[in-house]
Amino acid sequence: MSRDIAVLGAGMHPWGKWGRNFVEYGLAAARAALADAGLAWNDVQYVAGADTIRNGYPGFIAGATFAQALGWSGARVSSCYAACASGAQAIDNARARILAGLCDVALVVGADAAPKGFFKPVGGDRPDDPDWLRFRLLGATNPIYFALYARRRMAVHGATLDDFAAVKVKNARHGLANPNARYRKEVTAEDVRESAVVADPLRLLDICATSDGGAALVLTSMEFARRHGISAPVRIPALSTVTPTFPKTVLDLPDFATDSAMTVPEPAEEVGRGRLVGETRPFRSAIAHAAYEEAGIGPEDLSLAEVYDLSTALELDWYEDIGLCEPGGAEELLRSGATALGGASGGYRGVVPPGRGCPVNPSGGLASFGEAIPAQAIAQVCELTWQLRGRAEGRQVTNAQAGIAVNQGLFGHGSAVIAVR
Amino acid sequence: MGTTKQRRPAIEGWYTAEDGAVRLLGTRCASCGTPYFPRNELACRNPGCTGPKDGSELAEYAFSGRGTVWSYADSRYKPPPPYVSPDPFVPYTVAAVELEAERMVVLGQVVPGVGVDGLAVGMAVELTEGVLYEDDETAYTVWMWRPIS
Repeated sequence: MSRDIAVLGAGMHPWGKWGRNFVEYGLAAARAALADAGLAWNDVQYVAGADTIRNGYPGFIAGATFAQALGWSGARVSSCYAACASGAQAIDNARARILAGLCDVALVVGADAAPKGFFKPVGGDRPDDPDWLRFRLLGATNPIYFALYARRRMAVHGATLDDFAAVKVKNARHGLANPNARYRKEVTAEDVRESAVVADPLRLLDICATSDGGAALVLTSMEFARRHGISAPVRIPALSTVTPTFPKTVLDLPDFATDSAMTVPEPAEEVGRGRLVGETRPFRSAIAHAAYEEAGIGPEDLSLAEVYDLSTALELDWYEDIGLCEPGGAEELLRSGATALGGASGGYRGVVPPGRGCPVNPSGGLASFGEAIPAQAIAQVCELTWQLRGRAEGRQVTNAQAGIAVNQGLFGHGSAVIAVR
Repeated sequence: MGTTKQRRPAIEGWYTAEDGAVRLLGTRCASCGTPYFPRNELACRNPGCTGPKDGSELAEYAFSGRGTVWSYADSRYKPPPPYVSPDPFVPYTVAAVELEAERMVVLGQVVPGVGVDGLAVGMAVELTEGVLYEDDETAYTVWMWRPIS
């Protein structure tokens, strides 16, 4: 049985620091997605909202807020919050409903208006909340965790500050032509080096900003797409929202500690071509590979990837997690140019055929966008959609056939979405 | 002036400093042996554990006081509340430390005076107690890592 759904429309409100209400960004994105699909709001049978935890009572319960802004239509609704994976879970809700035959046309919307500076826990005195406690007892901000991963990568895999800077330079270049990106400016390695250290070894330009933005998708059954006259739409054949397996041995936000691997063996090391010996995988790798399994494709089939580059160093971790290369191979892959637009030069050991490469974050990534949490995973799929249609002007991946979008967030949330044409 | 402030843990029950040795306090499953930090009193979370999983299997456990640095980082900017920052802000260092016996990684601030230049991945460290923040009467303490000299 085909598990495909069609992506008929994608729309975004540009990322920035606009200082307006998040509903406005979501509304603009929803209208853009509907226009892109050639459908009217009244055609939508199901609205899936991705919630922001800011801006009032869970984003005023997001799905309904967007439905009201578009004009109450009697459409069915859902809302979800899953940290950075919120948008992907909203897509998953719509997808499940479509595949169950309960609706043909669904609208997915996420939007946020982010505060300045560090993300911080929800207010009040809440000593039973690990997210509150990590700030109180450790001063463990998000950049501290990013810096811990970055330092570990330097020690274990020989990553250098120049490698981290090269990720920023690449993503800034990718984002130059993206009308929805917040930062559209060339960045040099020197710019990165000269930016202030936030959490050693990471500098300001290594760490993604927090942004306002909105993104939306119109998803339909394959049958509806055909009836609508679109015979070969961009399709989503797989979406993974797996939880970690015990013991979770990678330190995550907002953890004070990993699980102990004293009594159950930890996830086996990956070996060769992103394949695995043993039964379980480390969390980020498991997120991607569950999606590959569902889609029946592998990393060697990818034309592009959108990964959650909360920091430059994390992008390198993702190369390995999504199976583009073996653990420890990310620096070589980056240096070869295989993950830059038009930069595949061969001379690296990875699963992607030399000469083609696999551009990572052709949208410009979080480096060019900043993070608008509930909109971000939806925005990643917007980019996959435009790339697969061949309409990503100024940043088009040649002959894009398949892409993956991955993220990971607080409290064991993460997602991977595969789109193909 | 000159009076000694009273010292109090910033959080109760997360570590002990009795007998001069600082140890993190958590719980451990009597059935499968899995240790937990912070303290888990609800139910053993090992899906393969065959214990009762009603909390009765979890007893207090004091962790090893020594480990090796898994990674480390510092904070050059004042974090938002609920972190209680001195004024002016003083940068601090955080280490993720691997406990060999328990096979897990635990975070902690590093003692004041030791920055990222004084640390390395794989370095041996031990637990101590340090002041996290103060008010007029009280110095609030927390567990901290320090290099073993």
